[in-house]
Amino acid sequence: MLLELKNVSYTYNKDTSFAVNALENINLQISEGEFVGVIGHTGSGKSTLIQHFNGLMKPTDGQVLYMGEDIWQEKYDLQALRSGVGLVFQYPENQLFETDVLTDVMFGPKNQKLSPEECRERAVNALRRVGLKDKYFTASPFDLSGGQKRRVAIAGVLAMNPKVLILDEPTAGLDPHGRDEILGQIRKLRDEMGITIILVSHSMEDVAEYADRLIVVNDGKIAFDDTPKAVFAHYKELEAMGLAAPQITYLMHELKERGLDVDINAVTVSEAKKSIEKALAGRKKH
Amino acid sequence: MGIIKAIKLGFDYIKYGEDDKDNEKVRAIDGIDIDVEKGSVIAILGHNGSGKSTLAKHINALLLPSEGTMWVDGMDTKGEEDIWKIRQKAGMVFQNPDNQIVASVVEEDVGFGPENIGVPTKEIWERVDQALERVGMTKHRKKSPNRLSGGQKQRVAIAGVVAMRPDCIVLDESTAMLDPNGRKDVLDTVLDLNRKEGVTVIMITHYMEEVTRADFVYVMDSGKIVMQGTPREIFSQVEKLKSFHLDVPQITELAYELKKDGVDLPDGILTRDELVSALCGERTEE
Repeated sequence: MLLELKNVSYTYNKDTSFAVNALENINLQISEGEFVGVIGHTGSGKSTLIQHFNGLMKPTDGQVLYMGEDIWQEKYDLQALRSGVGLVFQYPENQLFETDVLTDVMFGPKNQKLSPEECRERAVNALRRVGLKDKYFTASPFDLSGGQKRRVAIAGVLAMNPKVLILDEPTAGLDPHGRDEILGQIRKLRDEMGITIILVSHSMEDVAEYADRLIVVNDGKIAFDDTPKAVFAHYKELEAMGLAAPQITYLMHELKERGLDVDINAVTVSEAKKSIEKALAGRKKH
Repeated sequence: MGIIKAIKLGFDYIKYGEDDKDNEKVRAIDGIDIDVEKGSVIAILGHNGSGKSTLAKHINALLLPSEGTMWVDGMDTKGEEDIWKIRQKAGMVFQNPDNQIVASVVEEDVGFGPENIGVPTKEIWERVDQALERVGMTKHRKKSPNRLSGGQKQRVAIAGVVAMRPDCIVLDESTAMLDPNGRKDVLDTVLDLNRKEGVTVIMITHYMEEVTRADFVYVMDSGKIVMQGTPREIFSQVEKLKSFHLDVPQITELAYELKKDGVDLPDGILTRDELVSALCGERTEE
């Protein structure tokens, strides 16, 4: 198992009168090559959860295991863990700081004590992976567009050669085209390089389209952990948690209710299209 | 003349070279003509870098045109004597809630604007009371803003604008950093202000579902207005929108795809109800 959380709990301000339980008894296993979506409303505990994956937060109870080893055992190499499990924060472009794009991306590998040539090679590869054109490598990161800056920031984490890439709302504030591009490239990282992806998102439409497993966090607990289809079938319970299903889910339920024999589990536009066309063809026969 | 009117508006950013040499002019918006009727809800769409925010900053004279003219309620923004009147007429809410809150208590933050323009103390408090009530934040008035969620902070920012009694509110991607609930709260709040008090709303957004609530839409690309019309007129041109790196709501996209395959549907379907009715016939009362 690549990543595993065993009975993990986290309490902010433990042993004070301000104690707040952010996570309660979480059990979770993530295997290599998965594309996992994480959803939950603001304050549900999802950010606290993802910071446990690379040891930025230490559970107040329970164990976090990376490749079978407890990351909080004595003498465990946390720096190696953080290279293996890369975390891209929200608005990561705010963390760019170097004078040119390539040097910024080389910062991570340099800290891994790699040779200058290797740092450079890693950075160039990472930038190409996120679809940034070579002509921008020497540009100042601050002259790039919002979407480009964000890709540079993701490349900075990719250059560390992580096995797991965790992204906290990587598309916030991007236009629809920029959103599709970034998510498409993230999917490619999984498909072509086998990098495990954990994607935190507020967009049900995006997780329906890209993730093959969906974890719903509510009140510090895992409410659902299943395929997006299976999770969205519980759309009424999701609403009670301050979440929603994709627009398509609601549409399919209404159509079904109105007598069109469609698949209520369709969650994407293309699935809905197929199902509706099939139902319409069926209706003509009668 | 509408409350916001621009004729042949153009703006150049200066990109400074080293030591002030080789300074370069970059045209951010060019030849913009708009005319916004008082009391309407306007959406401005465009990909990142298309010039939307530059245009928005002209509406309350944060930027002054390099070319052409912008009038706010008949006042030319270039006339320095009117600048404070203009900023009072057109209030602005920005993207990041943390960048626009100045006080350490919610009610004091809301009172900051009126205090600055010398409103008598008694009236400041009346305005604060009303503004907080309008955005549904009265019960949080004594709180510290850092105890609020993003959506609540944005509503405080809107209350701060409302306390200035503006005729027009400009939302520059004010929902981009919020979760779906926060987004809905903010949108409902401004639409309510529009309905009940006739406040003109201009919203810049990447969320196509929000655009469907507008009366009129402008689409920008490379600093120019390239499409304008009602949401239905705009969203019936799916291919053209995609060529500007934009998107249509999922329901519209699904209807468009079905129609392409020969399903008999009207153009420019915007809502779930419309699509359900088109596919299943009008609901008959039983």
